[in-house]
Amino acid sequence: MSTVAAKAPGAAGGGLEDVAASEASLRRFLHGLPGVDAVGLEARAATLGTRSIKTTAKAYAIDLAISMIDLTTLEGADTHGKVRGLCTKGRNPDPTDPTAPRVAAICVYPDMVATAKAALAGTDIQVASVATAFPAGRVALPVKLADTADAVAAGADEIDMVIDRGAFLSGRYLDVFNEIVAVKQACKRADGTSAHLKVIFETGELQTYDNVRRASWLGMLAGADFIKTSTGKVAVNATPPVTLLMLEAVRDFKQQTGVQIGVKPAGGIKTTKDAMKYLVMVNETLGDDWLSPHWFRFGASSLLNDLLMQRQKLTTGRYSGPDYVTVD
Amino acid sequence: MAKNKQTEAPTPKAGLFSYAPAPESPAAAGEIATSYGHFIGGEFVDSSGSEALKTVNPATEQVLAEFAQGTDEDVERAVAAARKAFTDWSALPGSERAKYLFRIARIIQERSRELAVLESIDNGKPIRETRDVDLPLVAAHFFYYAGWADKLDFAGYGANPRPLGVAGQVIPWNFPLLMLAWKIAPALATGNTVVLKPAETTPLTALRFAEICRQAGLPKGVVNIVTGDGRTGAALTSHPDVNKVAFTGSTPVGRAIAKQLAGSRKKLSLELGGKAANIVFDDAPIDQAVEGIVNGIFFNQGHVCCAGSRLLVQESIQDELLDALKRRMGTLRVGDPLDKNTDIGAINSAAQLARITELSAAGEAEGAERWAPECELPGAGYWFRPTLFTGVSQAHRIAREEIFGPVLSVLTFRTPTEAVEKANNTPYGLSAGIWTEKGSRILWMANQLKAGVVWANTFNKFDPTSPFGGYKESGYGREGGRHGLEAYLDV
Repeated sequence: MSTVAAKAPGAAGGGLEDVAASEASLRRFLHGLPGVDAVGLEARAATLGTRSIKTTAKAYAIDLAISMIDLTTLEGADTHGKVRGLCTKGRNPDPTDPTAPRVAAICVYPDMVATAKAALAGTDIQVASVATAFPAGRVALPVKLADTADAVAAGADEIDMVIDRGAFLSGRYLDVFNEIVAVKQACKRADGTSAHLKVIFETGELQTYDNVRRASWLGMLAGADFIKTSTGKVAVNATPPVTLLMLEAVRDFKQQTGVQIGVKPAGGIKTTKDAMKYLVMVNETLGDDWLSPHWFRFGASSLLNDLLMQRQKLTTGRYSGPDYVTVD
Repeated sequence: MAKNKQTEAPTPKAGLFSYAPAPESPAAAGEIATSYGHFIGGEFVDSSGSEALKTVNPATEQVLAEFAQGTDEDVERAVAAARKAFTDWSALPGSERAKYLFRIARIIQERSRELAVLESIDNGKPIRETRDVDLPLVAAHFFYYAGWADKLDFAGYGANPRPLGVAGQVIPWNFPLLMLAWKIAPALATGNTVVLKPAETTPLTALRFAEICRQAGLPKGVVNIVTGDGRTGAALTSHPDVNKVAFTGSTPVGRAIAKQLAGSRKKLSLELGGKAANIVFDDAPIDQAVEGIVNGIFFNQGHVCCAGSRLLVQESIQDELLDALKRRMGTLRVGDPLDKNTDIGAINSAAQLARITELSAAGEAEGAERWAPECELPGAGYWFRPTLFTGVSQAHRIAREEIFGPVLSVLTFRTPTEAVEKANNTPYGLSAGIWTEKGSRILWMANQLKAGVVWANTFNKFDPTSPFGGYKESGYGREGGRHGLEAYLDV
């Protein structure tokens, strides 16, 4: 592993090339990042949450939010039929209104990738696969790499990996770093292209905002294309303050290195109102550069129907209801 | 069926996610009369004089209402009504006085939207702040002091502390209803009666509060409101039958009141100007510090006596911090105070705008570098861009004089000792802010700073349980908390 660590193969430039040269230098860097004041961060997120998004702005934001969804099913009970149904939904979310935009991606377990890929043929909807023994990640590295390679081979366009939270919390940052680098390597396809890598921190387990900031920089330095809050499988998933903090991290990373990284909050975002708050945070923290599915995603399942109901309300002027959107 | 025409994912263009107007309804403010008299002895009465003043909406310059210029005779009547009411009011058990205060607090909550909109219209401050800051704090102050009314024996001033009598209270225009609450709630809880004069640019919420007193069934004469300009204020503070004077406003006027009262038996509390230092160390939580700086100086258009108008930043992070601050200032939304997404509203008056403009010009003339984000300002009304001055030295006027507007002066320091020296190098001493992740430094700094309020890793946070007041030329006496009771007790 140390050979991998000798040079940061991630995107880092801007004087950050040697940060991961050793455990000590990586620790020094991560612990040298500015601290996060929890009260202030939460207050800022709450204030942004009071923005009032009406009429044309709401219509724009609803369509943008739909187009940013990684429509997700990650259940032990998933079947090929269930995944095909979800893909149909993702292609054409509102059967009564063909102007509704399609979602960004369908997110599934690795063994469902081929099914999703086939069901989405002819569209540009991405297939995202969780990998690396999602959600706990508590297996040996070779198993994680095999899991990743398997999903990529089945056609996954994007890989959502989990970091080793145990290693992170015990201060073994270089292990976490090297693992991300290795998974990124496993995302490579035979033709030289590579699946996009989303790195999940499981912020609900990292607990402190300082940890979230450090994890964000660690992930970006190691080559993440996206940083993602949560698996959706623990008690606390995406929250506005955590997401705001990660948005600030990608902003600062771009300023320092010129490299733009995407952000994906996942888990617990269920209503249009929630989605608006996240988009306001993106808008006022990062601006236009990130207001696209290339750079911001929602990991969600029930959010889509709420967005569609709000969309129907806007376009028809009448309140919609759960009977007028599809349950897949 | 034709293959659907799906809309592509919206492509980002410059400012594509621009917020549509989200205006609060001006009608929610309730009916604004064309002219107002005073509130004396529980009744709305005409002035004995004929002079009337006008209050305008500073965002449109339209006249909202006329109101009476209180005469000496009006003040006489009001003080007499308060004196008459004092006998019974002060004899009520504290638990009974508390019931009235709790009732007022609840009515304020119930009518908070109305009051918030009215305050925005009359003052120019954004509805986001009146709704989320002013009104919740107003209600909280009444709730808090209602709780003290029957516990005064345990406030630390001995058994059965007595009220002073009639309190003459003069309040400013920057937080009209909140300053009213700071003055009236502790006065009533301790058994005093009051005559309050609101500022001449913002009388409307005080007059609406008079309605609330009636709605709450408050005994007649316990609260009296007399409107007018400084002449009315002077008549009130100099009235021989007033036992207590409480003033919030500028240092020159506070000084004049102190002179006027010297040698009298009146008790006096003054809450005056400030030129607070907001001190940012190199180990500060930068993103939150930027928010704190913005909140410190641009909250309420900078019309805040404790505003963090001097930013003291450690030299080693000056560039990084200023870049972040400018970026953040670029997202501030200046405009219609009633739009729910407005961050910075209108300057309260033409006179205040002129003062801000004059001092900012002086800053430039003295060699400081001026910066403000591009933002479109409405045509009518009084507006001022959020403004930053760098390269400011202690000798500049903008580093010494209170601007009372959205103008931040940036100075630098190298060591904690230098930061303390510069922060304290002002005739004022109302508030200060410290930004560092190092707890021991916060405690050390707080001990060194000559300021009544020291915020650590936050700024402009208010709470009724926390005493507020100044050192040096920022005044004396404390408002809020247990300490705030002393100003209205004969102790």
